[in-house]
Amino acid sequence: MVSLRVYIVRRVLLAIPTILILLTIVFLVMRVAGDPVAAILGAHAPQEEIERIREELGLNKPLYVQYFDYIWQLFHLNLGRSLIWGQRPVLVEILEHFPATLELSIFAFIVSIIIGIFTGAYSAQKYNKPVDHMFRIYGIITYSLFIPWFGLILQLIFGVYLGWLPTGGRIDPLMEPKHITGLYVLDSILTFNIPSLISSIKHLILPSITLGIYLSGIFTRLTRSNMLEVLRKDFITAARARGLPEGTVIYKHALKNAFIPILTMMGLQFALLLAGAVLTETTFSWPGMGTFLTERIFYRDYTTVQGTIVFFAILVVSVSLIVDLLYAYIDPRIRY
Amino acid sequence: MSPSSLKLKLFNFVKKASPTRGVEYLLTWIGFSIVALIIFSAIFAPYVAPYDPTKRVGDLLESPNTRFIMGTDGLGRDIFSRVIWGSRTVLYITFLSIAITLICGIPLGLLAGYVGGAVDSILSLIMDAMYAFPGLILAIAIAAALGPSEITVAIAIAVIYIPTYFRMVRGQVLSLRESLFVEAARAIGAKDRTIIFKYIFPNVITSIPIVLSLNAADAVLTEAALSFLGLGPIVPPTPDWGFDLRMGQVYLAAKIWWPSTFPGLMIVLLTLGFSLLGEGISEILNPRLRR
Repeated sequence: MVSLRVYIVRRVLLAIPTILILLTIVFLVMRVAGDPVAAILGAHAPQEEIERIREELGLNKPLYVQYFDYIWQLFHLNLGRSLIWGQRPVLVEILEHFPATLELSIFAFIVSIIIGIFTGAYSAQKYNKPVDHMFRIYGIITYSLFIPWFGLILQLIFGVYLGWLPTGGRIDPLMEPKHITGLYVLDSILTFNIPSLISSIKHLILPSITLGIYLSGIFTRLTRSNMLEVLRKDFITAARARGLPEGTVIYKHALKNAFIPILTMMGLQFALLLAGAVLTETTFSWPGMGTFLTERIFYRDYTTVQGTIVFFAILVVSVSLIVDLLYAYIDPRIRY
Repeated sequence: MSPSSLKLKLFNFVKKASPTRGVEYLLTWIGFSIVALIIFSAIFAPYVAPYDPTKRVGDLLESPNTRFIMGTDGLGRDIFSRVIWGSRTVLYITFLSIAITLICGIPLGLLAGYVGGAVDSILSLIMDAMYAFPGLILAIAIAAALGPSEITVAIAIAVIYIPTYFRMVRGQVLSLRESLFVEAARAIGAKDRTIIFKYIFPNVITSIPIVLSLNAADAVLTEAALSFLGLGPIVPPTPDWGFDLRMGQVYLAAKIWWPSTFPGLMIVLLTLGFSLLGEGISEILNPRLRR
């Protein structure tokens, strides 16, 4: 057993090589493509124009110099400038699009946890009964869902045929609340802007259900297997022996104890959540990081694409770091 | 696990199809049937598909009818024929990417596990970093950097799953390396190469089918996702499910649902088939995995 402080230091030190490796992978991937400048300008661009941009991007230097430049600039939070549209700093553009992704992710996560935990706990309660099998199949089906297709079916039913909900975008035109956090729902509440709140929630429902259901199957499985494990423990038998109602045993005693491993696994699903968000966003024209990334790939905005992937890498490593530290704090057994 | 015990397990699995295990059994068979049917129709696409998938054969955007059971798309092409031919694209990329994954992942895992030391530490660190990164985003980056083609998309997908095989193989090698029969082989003076390929490798290979089928499911989804995002392996008018789904999306507001729904349904079906099959295989090979 080590103290929390030692654990934190060790865990942070471990995150550094991970980030460095990911940054190196991104660097190499973006360089294997050959000459990005030729790709940006097209094959018939004048030679001096190519040379000028190569020089501007530092691509005429040796590879190792470029690599250290890149790491050095990142260290100073400089992701470079976009190659199109007024050449805005990449980091500024990313921070403009990130709140949309964050908002979608939060709501999708809530949807998936609610569905996943209840179906999983119920499934464990009815172990090996038809309901259990049904939820197991549900888990497999959600895992197999192709997000754009599932989103499309929801758009078709609730947007096109029933006309209840919008099929794309984040909010109705000219309804954006005053910018505080960039999360429209939160900003609307903070500024008491009811019409904006309603509009933004309406736009959020279909995307977050799409992404939420896709993720929920994993939580169903996790909750089910953890619950089954806990239900075999002695204290559950003891609770039953004391004549507690089955509902109390399952939802109060068992679920509470099954929760920590479930929480730990949830942190690990963050990468999946991000990948799912990219697809959900493009399906629902949600103006977040995923839409931004695919749009800039299309325009061959090479620095922005590189910067966005770097941002994703740092985000994933930081989140897993934070999650690990939180669990170490909650459950001292984790600090090995 | 030797091949004969694999056969025994298969035999037991078939024999154990009692009513309580019926669900398991049924699901595996459903999965197997879906995958087999789609592979079959891909191989025999020229005979299964009624029309040329790249030529205009009807009016534009005909709704499903007796002549075109899935309707026609915006260019008057038969969607059913495109769906059948499209399975070739998806399956080809899936199998190609799995082949690349196996060729890279297994040797690296063997190497890291057997040699150990600095090689192992460095490889493990790299693989763990890649494993932590969202697979689809990595694939997007690679596909965008390398440019769209069949082989680059297959590489982009393969890179995501190499860490999975690496970790699995490495873990097994670590425990096998210390086992008695390897020690015995070493004691009688067997070379490292002999130990790796004759003693360790056959024991590692049996656990691969479990991951393989589930990875195939993932690979189908990733291929479809890349195509959907415009980073797919094909050049139009070659049929491809993800790309066709994207192209059909524009007609949605006009309540024209068939050009996008059917290709998407096929993606989900094939993924589901591989997932169910994978679950079944893991049940056959390792019944304790699932409770």
